[in-house]
Amino acid sequence: MDASLPAHMRPERSFQGFILALQRFWAEQGCVILQPYDMEMGAGTFHPATTLRALGPKPWNAAYVQPSRRPKDGRYGENPNRMQHYYQFQVIMKPSPPNLQELYLKSLAAIGIDSAVHDIRFVEDDWESPTLGAWGLGWECWCDGMEVSQFTYFQQVAGFECAPVAGELTYGLERLAMYVQGVDRVYDLNFNGRDGDAKVTYGDVFLQAEREYSKHNFEVADTTMLFEQFKMAEAACRKYLEAGWKDGKREAHLMALPAYDQCIKASHVFNLLDARGVISVTERQSYILRVRELAKACGEAWIHTEAGGAA
Amino acid sequence: MPDLLLELFSEEIPARMQAKAADDLRRMVTDKLVAEGLVYEGAKAFATPRRLALTVHGIPARQPDLKTERRGPKIGAADAAVQGFLKATGLTSLDEAKIQRDPKGDFYIALIEKPGRDAIDVLAEILPVIIRTFPWPKSMRWGARSGKPGSLSWVRPLHAITATFGLETEEPDVVKFSVDGIETGQTTYGHRFMAPAAIQVRRFEDYEAKLKAAKVILDPQARKDIIFADAKELTFAQGFELVEDQVLLDEVSGLVEWPVVMMGSFEAEYLAIPDEVIRATIRNNQKCFVVKDAKTGKLTNKFVLTANIEAADGGKTIVAGNERVIRPRLSDAKFFYETDLKTRLEDRLPKFEQIVFHEKLGTQAVRIKRIERLAAEIAPLVGADVAKATRAAHLAKADLLTEVVGEFPEVQGLMGKYYALAQGEDASVAVACEEHYKPQGPADRVPTDPVSVAVALADKLDTLVGFWAIDEKPTGSKDPYALRRAALGVIRLIVENALRLSLMKVAASALAGLSVKPADAQKLPSDLLTFFADRLKVQLREQGARHDLVDAVFALGGQDDLLMIVRRVEALGKFLESDDGKNLLAGIKRASNILSIEEKKDKRSFDGTPDPALYGLGEEKALAKAIGEVQAEAGAAVGKEDFAAAMSAMAKLRPPVDAFFEKVRVNDDDAKVRENRLKLLNEIRSATRAVADFSKIQD
Repeated sequence: MDASLPAHMRPERSFQGFILALQRFWAEQGCVILQPYDMEMGAGTFHPATTLRALGPKPWNAAYVQPSRRPKDGRYGENPNRMQHYYQFQVIMKPSPPNLQELYLKSLAAIGIDSAVHDIRFVEDDWESPTLGAWGLGWECWCDGMEVSQFTYFQQVAGFECAPVAGELTYGLERLAMYVQGVDRVYDLNFNGRDGDAKVTYGDVFLQAEREYSKHNFEVADTTMLFEQFKMAEAACRKYLEAGWKDGKREAHLMALPAYDQCIKASHVFNLLDARGVISVTERQSYILRVRELAKACGEAWIHTEAGGAA
Repeated sequence: MPDLLLELFSEEIPARMQAKAADDLRRMVTDKLVAEGLVYEGAKAFATPRRLALTVHGIPARQPDLKTERRGPKIGAADAAVQGFLKATGLTSLDEAKIQRDPKGDFYIALIEKPGRDAIDVLAEILPVIIRTFPWPKSMRWGARSGKPGSLSWVRPLHAITATFGLETEEPDVVKFSVDGIETGQTTYGHRFMAPAAIQVRRFEDYEAKLKAAKVILDPQARKDIIFADAKELTFAQGFELVEDQVLLDEVSGLVEWPVVMMGSFEAEYLAIPDEVIRATIRNNQKCFVVKDAKTGKLTNKFVLTANIEAADGGKTIVAGNERVIRPRLSDAKFFYETDLKTRLEDRLPKFEQIVFHEKLGTQAVRIKRIERLAAEIAPLVGADVAKATRAAHLAKADLLTEVVGEFPEVQGLMGKYYALAQGEDASVAVACEEHYKPQGPADRVPTDPVSVAVALADKLDTLVGFWAIDEKPTGSKDPYALRRAALGVIRLIVENALRLSLMKVAASALAGLSVKPADAQKLPSDLLTFFADRLKVQLREQGARHDLVDAVFALGGQDDLLMIVRRVEALGKFLESDDGKNLLAGIKRASNILSIEEKKDKRSFDGTPDPALYGLGEEKALAKAIGEVQAEAGAAVGKEDFAAAMSAMAKLRPPVDAFFEKVRVNDDDAKVRENRLKLLNEIRSATRAVADFSKIQD
């Protein structure tokens, strides 16, 4: 930890200081520090900086915070740590550096988790995203029995082999910050590191939003519109993919990113419909497959772009 | 003789894979050594989360030389043949060849000696191949090299390979090879946090000792012993008792290189949750042991954790951290449990109308209705109250929709019992909610409460008949619906409770309840019966009993009462162990063999009563008389289901059968006499069929 930091910016004092510490650490490892993607998504992995950039031969190191929306996890602000909106901190390094585990442990030290007094463990947890057609092997990282991060070596994304393999780290920011700050309820997190009247808590920022969105996600979200949106996003994705092939030949693609936005959109709309309980068990599988087909087609388009490594 | 030390140092290997990986490594290396003519004295393999290690001691320093002879051309053969021979064998001239004398003409022999190679060279050749072809259940690529085809796959990134070979008294050599850019050497690393520095190792003895000094216990069994002993001592010291858990112990020992056992606690209010739920929470999510009060046998508010580090603060932070994780988990579990208690089990059932059991077999709701009907039908046959069995079948699956079971599937059934008791159900009904899943395997307990038995049979038979009807039978190693286990469950329920049940009838009834109508509905119950016979054979074989006797009993036809089948098999088995049994079997087989030969010859069977007037010899008359008596006596005994008595009656056949074969020639010149004698033999066969078809018994 950086001793020169003012008290309110220290990772164990403020949520924002916590995020800044992580960003600074990974910036020092050569990552580009991106800002959150400007679309609703269920996990930081959906950010094109991970999904698409994991494909193709070009080296890529990035880190960013991504708000993650899980409509089904809403609890009207009543559960101490479950929310329909929370933050993930995502790191991707391609190819995975040989010392990625050490870097990860150093990043924990940077946010105030000292490996001399904590019990840090790598426990098997293989990662799979059916909607992204992606899988990898790795661990959930435990600190004193609590899962604090997900550590994955991507083997396949959008149905394509990762060559080279990217290493991905996902930190559950609120949970880690709660641990470091020593609070049991997420809404009690000190957001800005100030005391007294100047103090702003996580609850001050997000509690009302959790209540409102829980009501929206479970009770009110317009399902007719959402079903329509899903279809529209799916159709738009296919349309942009089709139109993106340069000169109509499947050699170079010019619109992988806009098409992929529609895939992200479809995935989130599906999550909302799922939370509304209007998708049956059998339908559920077919929706997941439809999103996966979009993700695969986007991945194929991406590897035919410049950033995707096409000649 | 020299020893090999091999270590594969990697990122964390999943706990569940370690034991098999160590074993595979030992097997693959030693098999290959032996195949290369290097017979070793001993080998042992180890695993920790970060390494696989192998020591093979007493490997010969060199392979033995191989001498082979190669036959060449005849003396005086054409020059081309001679030149070809010299070229193929590497000889410079025929002077180096031996001459072999042969009556068909002398010829040349070349002696080829293939000198054995140094063992270290052989190792350098076989080890990389073993590493590249190692059978991990799941493996991965990593790093810059994964961009190119043919890169190494390992369970997690592999960082270092130590491979040394040499005598105890000397500095060993490194077995030099490289795999995907990793060069072998003598450098490994200690505990990730407590002793991360590089360590130079020479051979297994100093390797294991240096690792221990660097806070790594190499031997998984040693780690288990430490965890188990420390956990017992820690709980005992506080007046409690550890709830032993071998599976958890195996897993936990694969998560640490340096086990440090500590005890934590949680709020006593959570003890209101059923013990099994507390245990599932703490064990599955936190990989911690639970602790009980030795006097009451109930859980206490303590748990035992195994850390991988001797922490600078003595473990205070670690214990506090684990307590902080366990608390909300138990809080969730308590919330789930209390929420579940607010809804009656029957009120959950409508939801099953939305849940598909199997596409072709309808929803869970439909299935539950079928099980209810079948349980009601079976109830009187097993001495259960019909109303209770129906009620139990009605409620038995409802706990699948509770929060607790959703979270912890392994407490399904058990929670059903708790919730049923909580809502005031009859005790048998509640117990059946749990027990109707039993027995789950050969080692599981078989329920005895008639209500449980009725629902358990109905549940399993509905499953079996259902999947038979849609032709989803197990094939080979594939049995996705665990139908073999279900059939074994039915067998054990019936036999161990000594139940009388016609399986054909019950199966037909279960079939009638299905909405799918299979094309070969007529054949289905008997087809299923054959499956039961096969399961019964497997079970008897596993118990060390003779399984061929099952065939002998089933061959009688019309046998669908499992209990009677088992009783017949038992009596038959006992009889065949006696001298009378063995000899009678031999006699019956002889009779059968003669009959089948003659039947084939004459293209007819020899059914029908023999004519007493045609008996010419005393032995024939004696045999005919004995058959008559035995038939009556054995028949009466079978009628009383006393198969042992039937067998004793049959034993009386032995002397006359023996005497008959000694004195009587079956194939008499007089065709009439011959036919009569064959008919008599046929009578032996049919007399003994009262219990089993002896011709199906193997010698």
